Amino acid sequence: MSDIFEKYKGKLPKNIIEYVRKKTEGRSAKEIRKALEMALEEFQKNQAEPGEAVGIVAAQSIGEPGTQMTMRTFHYAGVAELAVPQGLPRFIEIVDVRREPSMPIMEIHLKEEIKTDEDKVIEFAERLENVPLEDVAEIDEDFAKRRITIIFNEKALNEHALTLEEAMKKTEKELRRKAKEKVDNAMIFEPGFATLRSLRRFVDRIREIKLCGIKGIKKAVVLPEPDGSGWYIQTEGTNLVDVLKLEGVDPTNVFSNNIKEIEKVLGIEAARNVIIHEAKAVLDGQGLKVNPRHIMLVADVMTYDGTVRPIGRQGVSGLKSSVFARAAFEETVKHLHTASIKGHKDELKGVTENIIVGQPIPVGTGIVKLGMK
Amino acid sequence: MQYIQKKVKSINFGILDPETIRKMSQVRVVTPDTYDEDGYPIEGGLMDLHLGVIDPGLRCKTCGQRMVSCPGHFGHIELVRPVLHVGYVKMIYTLLKTTCKSCGRLLLPPDQIDKYKKLLLESEEETDDAAIEIIEQSKKINKCPHCGAKQGNIKLIKPTTFYEEKQRLLPSDIRMRMELIPDEDLVLLGIDPKVARPEWTILTVLPVPPVTTRPSITLETGERSEDDLTHKLVDILRINQRLRDNIAAGAPQLIIEDLWDLLQYHVTTYFNNEVSGIPPARHRSGRPLKTLAQRLKGKEGRFRYNLSGKRVNFSARTVISPDPNLSINEVGVPQAIAEELTVPEYVTEWNINKLKKFIEADKYPKANYVIRPDGRRKKVTDVNREDLLKEIEPGYIIERQLMDGDIVLFNRQPSLHRLSMMTHLVKVLPGKTFRLHPAVCKPYNADFDGDEMNLHVPQTEEARAEALELMLVQKQIITPRFGAPIIVGEEDFVSGAYLMTQKGVSFSRRLAERILIKAGITKVPKPDVEGDRFSGKLLFSQALPKGLNLEYKSKICRDCEKCVKDKCPYDAYVKIRNGVLKTGVIDKVSYQGILVDTIFRKYGEEVCRDFMDKSTKMVLIAMMSRGFTIGLKDSDIPEEARKEIKAVIERAEAEVNEFIRKYREGILKRIPGKTVEQTLEDNIMAILGKARMECGEIAAKYLDVGNPAMVMSRVGARGSMLNVTQMSACVGQQAVRGGRIMRGYRNKTLPHFKEGDIGIRARGFVESSFRTGLTPVEYFFHAMGGREGLVDKGIRTAKSGYMQRRLINALQDLVLRTDGTVRDATDTVVQFVYGDDGADPMKCHGDYAVKLSDEIIYLDEREKEEEYEEAEEGEEYE
Repeated sequence: MSDIFEKYKGKLPKNIIEYVRKKTEGRSAKEIRKALEMALEEFQKNQAEPGEAVGIVAAQSIGEPGTQMTMRTFHYAGVAELAVPQGLPRFIEIVDVRREPSMPIMEIHLKEEIKTDEDKVIEFAERLENVPLEDVAEIDEDFAKRRITIIFNEKALNEHALTLEEAMKKTEKELRRKAKEKVDNAMIFEPGFATLRSLRRFVDRIREIKLCGIKGIKKAVVLPEPDGSGWYIQTEGTNLVDVLKLEGVDPTNVFSNNIKEIEKVLGIEAARNVIIHEAKAVLDGQGLKVNPRHIMLVADVMTYDGTVRPIGRQGVSGLKSSVFARAAFEETVKHLHTASIKGHKDELKGVTENIIVGQPIPVGTGIVKLGMK
Repeated sequence: MQYIQKKVKSINFGILDPETIRKMSQVRVVTPDTYDEDGYPIEGGLMDLHLGVIDPGLRCKTCGQRMVSCPGHFGHIELVRPVLHVGYVKMIYTLLKTTCKSCGRLLLPPDQIDKYKKLLLESEEETDDAAIEIIEQSKKINKCPHCGAKQGNIKLIKPTTFYEEKQRLLPSDIRMRMELIPDEDLVLLGIDPKVARPEWTILTVLPVPPVTTRPSITLETGERSEDDLTHKLVDILRINQRLRDNIAAGAPQLIIEDLWDLLQYHVTTYFNNEVSGIPPARHRSGRPLKTLAQRLKGKEGRFRYNLSGKRVNFSARTVISPDPNLSINEVGVPQAIAEELTVPEYVTEWNINKLKKFIEADKYPKANYVIRPDGRRKKVTDVNREDLLKEIEPGYIIERQLMDGDIVLFNRQPSLHRLSMMTHLVKVLPGKTFRLHPAVCKPYNADFDGDEMNLHVPQTEEARAEALELMLVQKQIITPRFGAPIIVGEEDFVSGAYLMTQKGVSFSRRLAERILIKAGITKVPKPDVEGDRFSGKLLFSQALPKGLNLEYKSKICRDCEKCVKDKCPYDAYVKIRNGVLKTGVIDKVSYQGILVDTIFRKYGEEVCRDFMDKSTKMVLIAMMSRGFTIGLKDSDIPEEARKEIKAVIERAEAEVNEFIRKYREGILKRIPGKTVEQTLEDNIMAILGKARMECGEIAAKYLDVGNPAMVMSRVGARGSMLNVTQMSACVGQQAVRGGRIMRGYRNKTLPHFKEGDIGIRARGFVESSFRTGLTPVEYFFHAMGGREGLVDKGIRTAKSGYMQRRLINALQDLVLRTDGTVRDATDTVVQFVYGDDGADPMKCHGDYAVKLSDEIIYLDEREKEEEYEEAEEGEEYE
């Protein structure tokens, strides 16, 4: 049975074969063959035509619904999810490839053994969270005596799965000095600074001490897997490198919405996939229908030279070969001056350049040439 | 007719050298004066007749032509002292830092130079990276490796003053240094010495642009007002003269340098009047002058305003209004516009008689112009009509007025996608507005509250062919964005179709015939309801193509657990057999989705257009004969419903108060990842949201099934259940920034509340409905929510507009090539196979490239199951 489908591999894309397989479940071989033949015929009929301005169509298809997107960030009432910027602001973030998205988020899936046990997952999540000292302790400063007292809140420490001992040790290590005295849950420092200013700076440093967790991860929330196979962790703040190294994490199933980070850690193909994934997520979230082929093309334009480049003058548009295309977009005078120093030549191969000189554009019917003998 | 005979293949960029400037100059400009007392241009002035003419009646002294035909010619100014060109200051700065002051060589050891030279020779890529590296390295060296001279520290005081170790470097000194730099070293720095020797950027002679680029305007008072550029050039000439006089008189060095700096200032602002560090040159009125750089850049600059966008003839613009009597691919053109716009017709042996009629006619449709084979254009008037009639022969072109059936492009801004400009066929109508079929509003995003649209008449056969084959309305029924219909029946078409095709709706013969003839159907089917009556389904079927078989669930489907298909008690299961609507109602799902989609793909655009034309017309007549309206009483709900709603809101309020109590006592359990306050707000929002939903359900329960508002929301014509709820039951929570309304002074949103009140009313919950009316407090909160929406919309359009501009600019050169790859303008492959499978999104079914209809696969089976009824032949109607 399966060899019927086998024969069409290469002729039809995988997802269509899958589709036909599902559609014809439990049918006779004859019917399946007929269905496949019909699918192939339609597939060939549905091929895009040469000359099609696929770039412009893609840009329009994504830009046009932009006016229908919302600007607000959404909080889902009652559901324990983080507030993620959605709609237009997030979309602009994606095409801009900011170094850090305004709400960096990771989804960390754990190995089979752990993910089914909610308590273990919660503990894991608590360990991830980067806890600054000021969250779990009160800092009392006595400027007259030049003395600083840190009073740890044991209940708060508990919430982050920390012991008092651990916390104190870590604090000393980070400050690179021993406490003058330790009384119950309090630590007393007398750093012996002469000026109040340096003392204040010292206090600020104490506040910022990270007692545990992974750098950059501010919050970690445990959520049930959508397929009900257990629990996973969603975090605010991303750190792919360190999270991937953790014991118990399923390294094949960790997601970050930080495109630049993905590019650095997992490479350009992964970055392209995040762009597509994230762009799709935004559009779906807004209930806007856009064919994925358009989004793929945008992602490919951003990544095809091996680095992630933003859409705009810092990226794709700024690196175009045509002087006129760049000058007509942004920073007109700058482009004209550099072009004259470097003796650039505009070959008039693109759309804008030919519009400027008043010639037919090399797109659609404009790429067809007539030869005569 | 002119064809493109010469093609611009490429354009080179470079810097003009002084010799070229002098050579291309027609006259040396010396005097700052422009006109003499008689208003005649002064020789050697900025308006010299050698530079071209802008006054009618005068002749150019260079080419001898008159105003419009003379393109204008350059002149030049000899600068007494050289000055820097602001645009190249950065380059000069790097050159000063990277080259030797005495021998001019690049400040790198010879072996390094050789290394980079080899690198440059080998790589064909852009040399920018290498140049940056070289610059960085040579900046560090302060003793010349070639001649051993010690290098000074160069400082740039923006914008144009250089210092070397506290010693001022005058432009003439810099120019001398630039001259020393050898060509081969310049290449390493990313400068092409063939077109841009660095000393050329220090100007000794300034080109004067032709007067045609800086025309002066004459005011009504007869006063002449010069262009900003002319003003600037006058300034330059004046200072230049003063500098010359002072030097000749042997003035002290200090005064000369001051004047020199002043000359530098004027030349700088002549190129760019927005240079940071110096005040912009101003007009007498205080307005900053628009000089060369300002002319080019920005949205209103030469590039974006005049070069990327061009003005056209043969176009018209007016207000639009709806006319469902048109076909979807027609556009109603006002008589007055049709008389103004023309179509060129080429006179041949075969059409000469027909075209002569246009010349003979003295009223519409007539010929407006005749174009002779030599290109001369003659207006057809009563005086020359007879002469032209005799003169005309093959080879002539006559421009006749726009007529029914002519091909035109129709457009509405903002042109966000390609469907914003489509080809329509002209239908000349009385009135002063463009008329269009309401079904094409969606792709244009048009409504009739005062929108205006543009119309263009293609002038060549080639243009018309492309317009007709690629842009015709019915070819755009499916959008390339998501592969589903976008030219669809909306609003009244949907409600009308629903009301017409409902179960039990029938029409008298008289009315049925009226409906059919409106749609242009002359064949009346056999009545299918007792008493010579016709069911709405039967009438609607007359618009469907023969042989169409379809089954699907409509919008009104209630998602029952077990679907009984065509036995559906709500008539929500649509079954079409051989082009006859057997069961089910036509609503949004049909009209804006599967039905139109299937007809388009199976029968093609012509049949689909025919269906849209016929069905929309029938539906409207059916609806008009029945009547469909909405009034105040349609939002009324009975007293008991009001009580129920009140109870729901009271219960919700109690729930909310319970949460607030818990919060105040500090026993509210926090949702993980949220603060207690957020938790409270989330809970309250959820409760109030639910309360409104319940109110809506109560209202729906008491509202009549035939309530127009309910009908419209149910079938997807307009509005949603939310709108009905807001009208009849309860408006609900008003939101600002996605949460309840929090803003105000002294811990309260309005003076009406106590401080710290966080109850439902004090935070913007509107209990009233629009029918009962809002209390002043509620009204205020509602306005707050509304204002946010308005501001949001404004920001959104600006932001998304810029995003789209960037997207278009980044992707515009990508074309699907004949080998199936997607490449950019430099032939670099972006995708090897477009979209991974090469499928056209417009032809795709949603995300899939292929869709198999159930019907095709199971054909054998179905044939056994039931035999199609042959469509009964109806009687002819004439």
